[in-house]
Amino acid sequence: MHIQLRFFASVREKLGSFSEQVDVPPEVQTVGDVRQWLIQRGDVWAEALAPDRALRMAYNQQMCAPDKHISAGAEVAFFPPVTGG
Amino acid sequence: MTVRVQTADFDLNAEMAQMRKGKPAIGALVSFVGVVRDMNDGQSVQTMELEHYPGMTEKSLEQIEQQARQRWQLMDVLVIHRVGALLPLDQIVLVIVASRHRGEAFAACEFIMDYLKTQAPFWKKEQTPDGARWVDARETDDQALQKWKQGTETLAGVKV
Repeated sequence: MHIQLRFFASVREKLGSFSEQVDVPPEVQTVGDVRQWLIQRGDVWAEALAPDRALRMAYNQQMCAPDKHISAGAEVAFFPPVTGG
Repeated sequence: MTVRVQTADFDLNAEMAQMRKGKPAIGALVSFVGVVRDMNDGQSVQTMELEHYPGMTEKSLEQIEQQARQRWQLMDVLVIHRVGALLPLDQIVLVIVASRHRGEAFAACEFIMDYLKTQAPFWKKEQTPDGARWVDARETDDQALQKWKQGTETLAGVKV
């Protein structure tokens, strides 16, 4: 399934990447699965998306929980807790 | 409904005058201006860079405003948030709420800021004498949000 990934702030900086188009395998069905799948790339991915990091996730530009199901063409984003205002 | 994300500065008086123009039913205007401080967590801040998530930022601010309008009778709302490079003393965020009476405007302005602080995708990076650092989210901001919830979930449906 083809999806678009977006990264922001400290996550973006650590990955050195702002966005990426990927094809995820069939077993990747939720936003949380996408995170796990990316962690398996190892190296900076395992660091930036480590399970103990309190990251926020968004699905099609809406904050979501890790169990949010993904569909083809979706935009999935990972970022640290927000600090605006 | 007006939400603006911009690098340029803003003028509170000009924005308020614009909001009031031709609307004699407005009886109260409450505004909040957030500014960049020169100290944070015990370190001096030299410059600040504000990053955001274009697209989601505007959507989330509009959702926050809609939530406020569902709770209170509001006549107009304006949210301006700056992004890019900022310096201490610079204005960073503006919220203006107009209503018939002050109670709604006071409450809605605080509500919008509390939600913005925890739900809108902005991130601050500070330049300090010890180098650059990303600002950590504050627990007090999450606590501020709790008082509006009363057992309900956040607008995103995510427990904070």
